[in-house]
Amino acid sequence: MTTDVAPLDQPPAFLAGRRSKSGGTLGRYLLVRALLMIPTVLILVTLVFFLIRLTGDPITAALGGRLPADQLQERIHEAGYDRPIIVQYIEYLGQVLTGNFGTTLTDNQLVTEVLINYGIATLELVVYALIVAFIVGIPLGMIAAAKRDHAPDAALRVSAILFYATPVFFAGLLAKLVFSVWLGWFPVSGRAGVRTEIALNRQDGTGFYLIDAIASGNPAYVQDVLLHAVLPAMVLGLATAGIFLRLVRTNVIGTFNMPYIDAARSRGVSEYRLVRKHAYKPALIPIITVIGLQIALLLGGAVLTETTFEWQGLGFQLGKYLASRDFVAVQGIVALIAIIVAVTNFVVDAIAAFLDPRVRY
Amino acid sequence: MAASDKTTSASTKPRLLDRLPVLHQLRQSVGLQRGMLVFGLVLTGFFLLLAIFAPWLAPYGYDQLRGPDGLFGAQQPPSPEHLLGTTVGGYDVLSRTIWGAQTALLVIIVALILSVFIGILLGLISGYLGGWLDRVLVVIADAIYAFPSLLLAIVAAIAISGGQSGLWPGVMAAAISITVVFIPQYFRVVRSEVVRIKAEAFVESAKVIGASTWRIMFVHVLRNSTRSLPLIVTLNASEAISILAALGFLGFGINPTAAAEWGYDLKESIGDVSAGIWWTAIPPGVAIVLAILGMTLIGEGLNDLADPRLRARRRAGKQTPADAVAASQPVTREFMGEVE
Repeated sequence: MTTDVAPLDQPPAFLAGRRSKSGGTLGRYLLVRALLMIPTVLILVTLVFFLIRLTGDPITAALGGRLPADQLQERIHEAGYDRPIIVQYIEYLGQVLTGNFGTTLTDNQLVTEVLINYGIATLELVVYALIVAFIVGIPLGMIAAAKRDHAPDAALRVSAILFYATPVFFAGLLAKLVFSVWLGWFPVSGRAGVRTEIALNRQDGTGFYLIDAIASGNPAYVQDVLLHAVLPAMVLGLATAGIFLRLVRTNVIGTFNMPYIDAARSRGVSEYRLVRKHAYKPALIPIITVIGLQIALLLGGAVLTETTFEWQGLGFQLGKYLASRDFVAVQGIVALIAIIVAVTNFVVDAIAAFLDPRVRY
Repeated sequence: MAASDKTTSASTKPRLLDRLPVLHQLRQSVGLQRGMLVFGLVLTGFFLLLAIFAPWLAPYGYDQLRGPDGLFGAQQPPSPEHLLGTTVGGYDVLSRTIWGAQTALLVIIVALILSVFIGILLGLISGYLGGWLDRVLVVIADAIYAFPSLLLAIVAAIAISGGQSGLWPGVMAAAISITVVFIPQYFRVVRSEVVRIKAEAFVESAKVIGASTWRIMFVHVLRNSTRSLPLIVTLNASEAISILAALGFLGFGINPTAAAEWGYDLKESIGDVSAGIWWTAIPPGVAIVLAILGMTLIGEGLNDLADPRLRARRRAGKQTPADAVAASQPVTREFMGEVE
């Protein structure tokens, strides 16, 4: 088997070639990698723009049945949607460059405002979910690798597949039904109780409810916020944990076959130490890279989780704008998410390059 | 990878039974891996039967609102007439769950045919011809690949149908939305195989003989670069179900009068769940889970068997040189969820 296949997750060959000639320092790698974000974002923004415009102009889509035809035409003309699509596209690119992602049609808000107001709630959910995923997924993946092909491995893998096979919204509905409605342990939906929400919004904090609640110094608020977070965090976190588990398992087993592991074992290193110290760390590099890709998946999952639990985040808003056919808002939010994903992937690659010199070449 | 390591040593042509994609792996498997593969095949077979025989199995039509005794009524609890009760819209839950298998199967078939066809074609052209076209396609595929697939599917669904629609427009819209997400995956896999294979000696000899570029591409290279596809197809089939259900759940489903769709039914049941009504949410949800589970188990089983490092062995010490090579390489392919 020849090994000259260029891994696809690395920059294309024409950039790689230029890099390797000059030695490939970390700084240069980061620069090239940062420059690669530009085409990525450009392609996605372009794709989203043209796909959404295929349906026609956004004003007809949003207000079609509700306004008389002449008023509709007037508004279309005012917004400039009757000009050639290329002109609109260039204008849109210019707006995006200056950080203007448009104004929503249904409630007249700047898309960037929407992002700031609701993005923090999504961030809060994603942080909780990642914590759950790390705590559950990584140690269990190591156990599965250490007990490979034995009962614990079998049980863990089957449950990981089961978690993967369950869509987050169905898991959310089930969790709601069992833990909120039948057992009454947790609130059914939302980010906090009504009274807590009013109090937290009044104190003009970060919007990250847990931080705000701690800052308010009222333990009742902290408890309320945490109780609301448990089910969404577990649902989104366990779905992600299933992926982490499989990833850690595969990679640790991969490093387990390395000669240096045999060498360590022959020196009498315990099996526990072999997994914990020797096999785990080299297995981390691909894990970090793939976790970067999972951020994208996590954002998709967040949209569904937020809709299920009425968690007032970016995904919930996206669902609302989708329902009201406000495609300017949809386009803006999706374009912003594209940028977030590109930047996250860059950061993840930078961390991987920082940790492992081999990645830089 | 799986097919090659057994056939190379044998001088006689292996029997047909050994060369069939899934059966070959099934015979190769042992223990837990075999159990998972068999269970996956059983679940998928059940799902297929359900989809094909839905008109005969379902007690009522997917859009039927009234029986001989008048209207079914909304949110009726399970009873002998309605084994799983009725939905908030007054449909029979069991019937819609069974009919939903048919919709899901249609979407999977259309989406996979489209994405395999387009993905292979683009990957082949891009990988073999190279040049600026290759670079552009790789950058585009990478950009799309890194993006949340659900959001991409939503945007594609808006573009295609502008929202809800009937059975065939709805199925096509969902299938094409899923195709947009999948093409980069097939493109990447096929392209990297093509890039590897076009450096092989047999391609050189074909050139020397004077075979045309098209002949080399479609006869010599294509046939050798599709080895890992069955694997991705099974995993993508399960992903297709989850994207379809997610689209339905977000309101981009197919109209309830046009076809039954599990995601749409789940969306309708959000309110029921808060009121403690369990029978509208659980049946379509369990159907989604079992359908995805079946195909994921097959995909997982194939993946494990294709990767010598993960294949469970009948006895120790059966290492081949190929295993050692694979073991010394970094993990380049991770067939899990989003990640290829």
